[in-house]
Amino acid sequence: MSTAVSTPTPGPMRQLLNAARTMFIAWGELADFILRSMGWLFFKRPSRGTLLPICFQVGVLSVPVVGITGLFIGMVLAVQSYAEFVRIPPLKDWLGVAINGSVIRELGPVLAATMLAGRVGSAIAAELGTMRVTEQIDALTCLGVNPLHYLVVPRFLACVLLIPLLTVLADFMGIMGGALISTQLYGMEPYRYWSLSQDKLGMWDIMTGLIKSVFFGASIALISCFRGFHSKPGAEGVGKAATESFVHSFIAILALDFFLSMFFNSIYRQLWPE
Amino acid sequence: MSLTGSIPLLDDQLPPAPPLVRLENVHMQFGPQPVLRAIDLDIRRGETTVIIGESGCGKTVMLKLMIGLLRPTQGRVFFDEQNLADLNERALTQQRLRFGYVFQGAALFDSLTVFDNIAFPLREHTRKSAQAIEESVLQLLAEVGLAPSLLTKKPAELSGGQRKRVGLARALILGPEIMLYDEPTTGLDPIMTDVINDLILQVPKRHPVTNVVVTHDMKTVMKVAERIVMFMPLSRVQPHEPQIIFDGTPTELAICSEPRVQQFVRGEARMSVP
Repeated sequence: MSTAVSTPTPGPMRQLLNAARTMFIAWGELADFILRSMGWLFFKRPSRGTLLPICFQVGVLSVPVVGITGLFIGMVLAVQSYAEFVRIPPLKDWLGVAINGSVIRELGPVLAATMLAGRVGSAIAAELGTMRVTEQIDALTCLGVNPLHYLVVPRFLACVLLIPLLTVLADFMGIMGGALISTQLYGMEPYRYWSLSQDKLGMWDIMTGLIKSVFFGASIALISCFRGFHSKPGAEGVGKAATESFVHSFIAILALDFFLSMFFNSIYRQLWPE
Repeated sequence: MSLTGSIPLLDDQLPPAPPLVRLENVHMQFGPQPVLRAIDLDIRRGETTVIIGESGCGKTVMLKLMIGLLRPTQGRVFFDEQNLADLNERALTQQRLRFGYVFQGAALFDSLTVFDNIAFPLREHTRKSAQAIEESVLQLLAEVGLAPSLLTKKPAELSGGQRKRVGLARALILGPEIMLYDEPTTGLDPIMTDVINDLILQVPKRHPVTNVVVTHDMKTVMKVAERIVMFMPLSRVQPHEPQIIFDGTPTELAICSEPRVQQFVRGEARMSVP
């Protein structure tokens, strides 16, 4: 007969403390990672040969997916909004403002960032995770090259510099999609659709969306690189790193969106009080 | 003019050269798991030292401590009489350039071709022209016995032996003073194992270099070793027993009476009791 030796299960308080300690350490590691990466960003620029291929992957290869999703979200927005706006005829003229405002202020930046987190962030985490478990990151260190400078800085720059362009594309395609459905399918007069948008939406709306996108791009790059660098060994570890990078990036995008929207609204009220 | 400085000293009057690498009372622990305990080890200049031991006894950890990839939990690691813990990041990087590290899985950069992998250290640390870099790469490729037709291939297209040889060429290209080999023949067929062993032997003849080889392949041990150091996993030594249970020449290994050494040398599942 075999005798099983059972280890005592820690109590709920102990488990809570352990979880808090783990989370505290993880946040500390992330902060340290970000600070050291940012140090390298200002200390030494990455070479063009390192930066350009990553810009191609992050920017050019994301154009189709961002464009298509932007187009469809504008079209869906038109379908859903028209059904509500058409019930109250005076509101119908505001359909363009509602669609274009939603796209420019929120959906364009968030959608472009979500697509970037899914397409690029996961790929970054998987690539760096594989480099970690196959000792390629150690090899860089042994060859006298700092992995943060060589791997993180170019990815950070590519995400931060190119996400505003992808956001502009998502905005444009979303606006076009909304206009296409509203004017061609539901027969709205184009002049009435566009004129109120021109009056009610301005450079402030576009710029706040683009500034938000820069924060989204930075968070995607840093979270994805961090997850990749701290990937656990094996296929499971790399897969988990890729999944977690998307989930954490997505949460960060939504949280940042909330806080930045609050921040920009308060600035707006300060600059242009009612 | 004083003549005292010009009196030649006989070789046997010269003080012995200090060891190139010295580990002093090194302890290493990962979380709650101790791996190395109170290790004192000198790596003498110009010698090929082979570190052997069962899987999990801390051989690779030892190599990573020597090059400063890991910091000991306790104790000091000296390279060329400099304590690695005293060096800042830049100075440590300069010291690392005096090492060549051949990784167990070669750790070639997946996204680069064979040529770019071998040329990588030259591009990062020298101002050599493209032509000079190409000449250096071709010369090293010939030294490790690979055809120039492989230069345009990616690491994924290479066999295990080819990857190891490309990794060796990359490690040698900056003319290191010390070569660290981590399981250089693991996973190779017997012929390729012998090819790699020959290369390890040839390297000091072409470049003045100190070799440290970590392996559990006894054919490699007997072929390349001038000095053999055997480690035991901490789980198999008594609390006050040293972790290094053998330090001597191949001849001394053959006549060593320590049963655990003989068990390892003979590759026996059970220890033979004398």
